[in-house]
Amino acid sequence: MWDLCTNALDTARLRGATYADVRMMHLRQRDLTTKNGQVGTLAQSESIGIGIRALAHGAWGFASTDRLTREGVSACAGEAVSIAKASSLAKRGDVEMVPEDAYVDSWQSPFRKDPFELPLENQLALLLAADAEMRRIKGVTLTEAGLQFRKIDSWFASSIGSRIHQRKLITGCGIAATSFQGGEIQKRSYPNSFGGQHALGGYELVESLDLLKHAPRVGEEAAALHSAAQCLEKTGTLILGGSQLGLQIHESVGHPIELDRVLGQEANFAGTSFLTLDQLNKLRYGSDIVNVVADARLEHGAGLGSFAYDDEGVPAQCTDIIKDGQFRGYLSNRETAHLIGLKRSSGTMRTESWNRLPIIRMTNISLNPGTWDFDDLIADTDDAILMETNRSWSIDDRRYQFQFSTEMGWEIKGGKKTRMLKNPSYSGITTEFWNSCDAICSRDHWTLWGTPNCGKGQPMQTMGTGHGAAPSRFRNVKIGSAFSNQ
Amino acid sequence: MSTSRKSGKSPAGKSTAPSAQLFPERELRRIIDTVLRLAKTTGADETEVHVDETADSLTRFANNAIHQNVAEHGLNVSIRTVVDHRTARATTNRIDEDSLRAAIEASLSLAHSQPKDPHLLPLPGKQRYRRVNRFLKDTAALTPEERARAVRRACDIAIQNGQVAAGIFASGLQQSALGNSRGLFAAYRETHAEFSITMQENPAASWAKANAASVRAFDPQRLARRASEKAHLAVDARELPPGRYTVVLEPAAVLDLVGFLFYDFAATALEDKRSCLNDRMGKPLFGKNISITDDAHHPLQLGAPFDGEGIPRQQVALVDCGVPKNLVYSRSSAKSANKKPTGHGFALPNEYGEAPMNLVFAGGDSSLEKMAASTDRGLLVTRLWYIREVDPYEKVMTGMTRDGLFLIEKGKVTSAVRNFRFNQSILEMLRNVEQLGPAVRATGEEAFEMVVPAMKVRDFHFSEVTKF
Repeated sequence: MWDLCTNALDTARLRGATYADVRMMHLRQRDLTTKNGQVGTLAQSESIGIGIRALAHGAWGFASTDRLTREGVSACAGEAVSIAKASSLAKRGDVEMVPEDAYVDSWQSPFRKDPFELPLENQLALLLAADAEMRRIKGVTLTEAGLQFRKIDSWFASSIGSRIHQRKLITGCGIAATSFQGGEIQKRSYPNSFGGQHALGGYELVESLDLLKHAPRVGEEAAALHSAAQCLEKTGTLILGGSQLGLQIHESVGHPIELDRVLGQEANFAGTSFLTLDQLNKLRYGSDIVNVVADARLEHGAGLGSFAYDDEGVPAQCTDIIKDGQFRGYLSNRETAHLIGLKRSSGTMRTESWNRLPIIRMTNISLNPGTWDFDDLIADTDDAILMETNRSWSIDDRRYQFQFSTEMGWEIKGGKKTRMLKNPSYSGITTEFWNSCDAICSRDHWTLWGTPNCGKGQPMQTMGTGHGAAPSRFRNVKIGSAFSNQ
Repeated sequence: MSTSRKSGKSPAGKSTAPSAQLFPERELRRIIDTVLRLAKTTGADETEVHVDETADSLTRFANNAIHQNVAEHGLNVSIRTVVDHRTARATTNRIDEDSLRAAIEASLSLAHSQPKDPHLLPLPGKQRYRRVNRFLKDTAALTPEERARAVRRACDIAIQNGQVAAGIFASGLQQSALGNSRGLFAAYRETHAEFSITMQENPAASWAKANAASVRAFDPQRLARRASEKAHLAVDARELPPGRYTVVLEPAAVLDLVGFLFYDFAATALEDKRSCLNDRMGKPLFGKNISITDDAHHPLQLGAPFDGEGIPRQQVALVDCGVPKNLVYSRSSAKSANKKPTGHGFALPNEYGEAPMNLVFAGGDSSLEKMAASTDRGLLVTRLWYIREVDPYEKVMTGMTRDGLFLIEKGKVTSAVRNFRFNQSILEMLRNVEQLGPAVRATGEEAFEMVVPAMKVRDFHFSEVTKF
């Protein structure tokens, strides 16, 4: 592997590159799903190739190939340099990069049980058993269960001398029950919607989530939602469950702090950001208890945004994003860091695969835990709606105005959970929302949720990100507007 | 594997990056034959092989300069084996015999791990396909320098107008071949090109985009000028209260919203009771002016004329004068429903069944200008953004307007308007269509390309307003 990487770097230099880096990657994936007691998807895939990024004439070029011979890699490196020279036909200045040290290292994400080495029969049997438990519930009309495993090896080499091998093992699992009744479709999922929970780790994650135990409840709640009261439209107190808050963080903090968005590089597709450079260290993003970090280090947790080095060869870091409610930091790379006065990249360049250019990406963007016990939080709340498990999410292209709906809500009255509510939703303006936060539950209730499907870039790249969150309370939130005029 | 490429010279005489080429079809057939030969020795009852090859390039610009510029070449071989009423798939991008044999064995290993499926159908035999020609040599030969010069001209328009441009100019080639152990063989290749531009005039922006098989089908500079003019008009947006408005939706806005409707036309979706068409087939659901067909052979469509099992795609009248009339079927769902397959199945095994992918709306004789002229008070919508489903049965969608929302008063565009959030049922929207323009190939960001008209729609529901 390293010979081909060196070959690519040498070719790029000889063709005129002033800097180059390469990522050879080998991706393996296995997907197992069941639906209504039958096997759905049963597939595995592998892909191996090399992506070469070259800086020439002050501009970038990138080319990738799956032809892993000296000839193929050399041709690819030459193409990357040629594309860089073509880019310079429409440049407005030379690319500048902040310095970074060279590293020679090897790293592997932690796991206990490699799912690729375990019997498939047992994995399918678990899904079919969970599926059967959900189908036992009267009123359930569709049951789904799934497991996903990914093993990603990457070999990074750069012209400043870095040689870094990283191996990640990623596991995901989830179940869902849907009920169609009386012209209404209701759904419940566990442990999260849209595929469940995903994290770095092995099959131990699946075992820890005990899908079988939760399956009957998931089915019962899906069926029960039909007879639940409609969540009313009002302005009031909102308590968000951890997984929904994780997505709230993703959309209303994670994306707007991406410095490429802020600088207009995503204006045509993903959008820009309300967090213009003049807001840094000045904007009151949230209330005093709101502390958000971007932390790719393993000590933060084995999240989808955890690694040892980013795809630009920069070590994983923890960056304050919101400190005591104040806006403190962006996600940057070696090209953009100097624009906000940093001497070093915050280490957030990530790529989906060998055939994609690394771009600025969320790592683990997490809300630090607070002090509340969940039961105490409920007891302390006189009138509120508790919303759990995302159903839909949408936010404008500058990340101000959002609307989320969840699978299920609970009415809180006089410090107690009273009745189930269907079709709950809430909406707001990002900074107003975070400034209305007055209680965050403690680390005992904090989970590093995985969002496996974050899309960004052209061509589109899908990336996994992590979001640590504990249930939290927000005041004066607009509730129920998604269904207000139906 | 090899990636043969030809080189050229730029007009400036400097060396240029090569444009990509694909393998000849016979090479894909050779790979398929190799897999089928190897599979015979492994105990597979039946085998199906997909070979997909892409060579794509994309030049990306922002702040009036190219900031990303990429090229990729890749080939995947995807193998489905069937053994004793069990099936599974394994995919690799390595095409040496050892790797192909390993993928066959992986597929068999997965297949053996599951219970028998008594409903699993045998692979289909030979099929006949209508030819389509969507491979354009000039598009295949487009170079990074040509894209860069077009980008520079678009950026020059922005600079001349005091604006900032961002966007992409992409081109590429792709081909697919599918063969199986019962003698079926299907192959398809196409070129594609896309130009998208956002013009920003602080604090406003506007957007234009085109996508076609041929790079000659659109003019990047014309798109740049259109986006530039609209961005200038979008400055000084005023805030209006949320509520129900008559809207004139440009084709891209129509596309991105109605795109969420069509997975519901899968027979499997109805069987699963997750379709909004459950209990609604054959009954008036939309306005009488709404007719929708799925037609892979339409001259404005792209995509292979066969489905994931190699069944020829049929033309299917999904909606006729407001009434949902037909669904699309894979072989499996067709057998369950005692119908004929329509050639819309996804590659097996999968849990979603099928979907129409080549949608063509019947158009009308109106135009954006006529729609605006006939509107006493309404909104002109350039595009929609971040659309997600709120209610799957009533098909209520939420999302934002983006890159150009304008107030129409007494038949004329009078000012820009701050962007709204909408919560709108697609079913209701398609009952409220007052005028239709001619159907065109539209491209957006939320749905795949379709042939759709601009629409004038009454009582479109905007629920909240944002800050810009």
